[in-house]
Amino acid sequence: MSDDKPTTPPEEKPSAEETAPETAATEKKPLSDEEKAAKIAEAKAKAAAKKKAAEEAEPKDPWEEKPVPPVHEDAAADPDAVALGGEWAGVVLAADRYAGEVTLTVPAERINDVCRFLKNDRGYKFLVDLTAVDWPEREEGRFDVIYWLHRHDDSKRLRLRCALAEDAPIASVVDVWKTADWMEREVYDMFGVVFDGHPALERILTWEGFNGHPLRKDFPVEGIDTGAAIYPDVYPPGGGPQIEDAESDEGGAS
Amino acid sequence: MSGHDQSLFDVEEMEINFGPQHPATHGVLRVKMKLDGEKIMEAKPIIGYLHRGTEKLFETMPFPQCLPHTDRMDYVAAATNNQGFCVTMEKLLGISIPPRAAYIRMILAELQRLASHLVWLATHAVDIGAITPFFYTFRERDAILDLFEEYCGARLTLNCMKIGGVPFELPDGWLDRCSVLVDGFNAHIDEYENLLTENRIWKKRTIDVAVVTAEEAVEWGLTGPPLRGSGVEWDIRKVFPYDRYDEIDFDIPIGKKGDTYDRYLVRMEEMRQSVRILRQCLDKLPEGPFMAKVPKIIRTKEEGMVYGAVEAPKGELGYFIVATAKGTTPYRCRVRPPSFVNLQVLPLMVEGSLVADLVAVIGTLDIVLGEIDR
Repeated sequence: MSDDKPTTPPEEKPSAEETAPETAATEKKPLSDEEKAAKIAEAKAKAAAKKKAAEEAEPKDPWEEKPVPPVHEDAAADPDAVALGGEWAGVVLAADRYAGEVTLTVPAERINDVCRFLKNDRGYKFLVDLTAVDWPEREEGRFDVIYWLHRHDDSKRLRLRCALAEDAPIASVVDVWKTADWMEREVYDMFGVVFDGHPALERILTWEGFNGHPLRKDFPVEGIDTGAAIYPDVYPPGGGPQIEDAESDEGGAS
Repeated sequence: MSGHDQSLFDVEEMEINFGPQHPATHGVLRVKMKLDGEKIMEAKPIIGYLHRGTEKLFETMPFPQCLPHTDRMDYVAAATNNQGFCVTMEKLLGISIPPRAAYIRMILAELQRLASHLVWLATHAVDIGAITPFFYTFRERDAILDLFEEYCGARLTLNCMKIGGVPFELPDGWLDRCSVLVDGFNAHIDEYENLLTENRIWKKRTIDVAVVTAEEAVEWGLTGPPLRGSGVEWDIRKVFPYDRYDEIDFDIPIGKKGDTYDRYLVRMEEMRQSVRILRQCLDKLPEGPFMAKVPKIIRTKEEGMVYGAVEAPKGELGYFIVATAKGTTPYRCRVRPPSFVNLQVLPLMVEGSLVADLVAVIGTLDIVLGEIDR
């Protein structure tokens, strides 16, 4: 264990061990404090030498080492964050780098402008993914809407995060990237986030009379009675959609 | 049209449903169409018939238990689904995997790509009316599935990777059998190409059908062969190499026009490239352990979100995982399925063409409804 913690100063450890395991040591073989300290120091030196030798001899492959979890770093110096801040002062609320991925937090009401700027001026022509995360208890707003952009020139990826209050709409980005169409429909279906300006914001994975938004944290995993209570006149409780009544929706075939 | 009595020959747009139960939709896709005779005026894909709430399920189970559920999304390419989840988890946990594990993963993933493309070719050809390739491709696919079965016991829902490596060592003699398959594979691809590439009917049905330009392809977020067929050279294996793809030499085939025939050629060439990758992996396969040192209970360190992507046979398969501090389950696990995004372009491809082309287009997009609906 001791050689796993190279950061510990060598003086500290012996003093800690001197005081604590006194009782355990006495019943076996009494060792004076000096002897013990000497032994520990010896072991320490051995371990340090071994470590040094190992380091000098051959760097271990990363897979042989313990996992190194990524850490959060400040990414305010990221060129895109700087460019965005230059365009609209204060639009980047937070910039974070985690596992090599830059996440910029921007206000939800500016998302369309920000996306348009990033696409036209910064070359983010490809919207890889658009999704949401539900944080029911959070003060900043219940939902995070996540945009994940890609730039082909230098293969850089950038994540935008908008905190959004429950029931607050967010501007659609379908007019920026066409591919956002179904992704926004899915977020609407699964989370109930409303996208203003979306050409046809309908449910996509569940059926049109479905009651609730399944990926919200308060939606039970085992599901609910699919009898829809949203439009009780069109979709009676306990039953599926009744097509002949649902003509209003797109003027179905006659 | 003017000068005729319209009342006798009243032209009316007809609305029909294609699917959800139709053999050519490759699952339960429903396309609501407005037709003017044989011409498609409007097409609207309707999905969700296979929705199982996989993303919701992920939130209830420990990280390793999520893996078998990834198999069931793109069920004709389970290995790459596993790979995507493992790569993302390793990014989140900071695990690097032993080289042997990475090579075994690449072998499995490329075999899976071959198997998936064979299913695509077989069904695409059958949809257009060429029955024979089906029997040829399923012969080779069966051989590949036999290899999978020998390795992990399953033929479709493989669950053949683990966070930190792969679950098993390769069985005795497996490499030889795999080698035999790989060496003979290009000859099989020649067989399929003999049947189709210069076939007059095949060319008539695919050339200039469903053209997508490079700009449109990027705008609609296409990935995988539909994007490369439009002439955009882009492959996750090259752009963001995972496992050990950076040590492997292979080319990205691209098309010129972005029509169905180009996408066909791209996939055929991709199979040859997969064979090339497989050959190199088998030659280079290093010795050593097949699992990294991974704690028994996988626990994240701090709150954070990561996105990891792999080049699945259908395009970019991404996993977006939000983790909480000291969490053992994903707080949110979003899957970015390539088929879901690629299918959006269907109306653009078919509007203005004939009903028969719709079948060709669904084939050329190579969709799997399991991952579209999740």
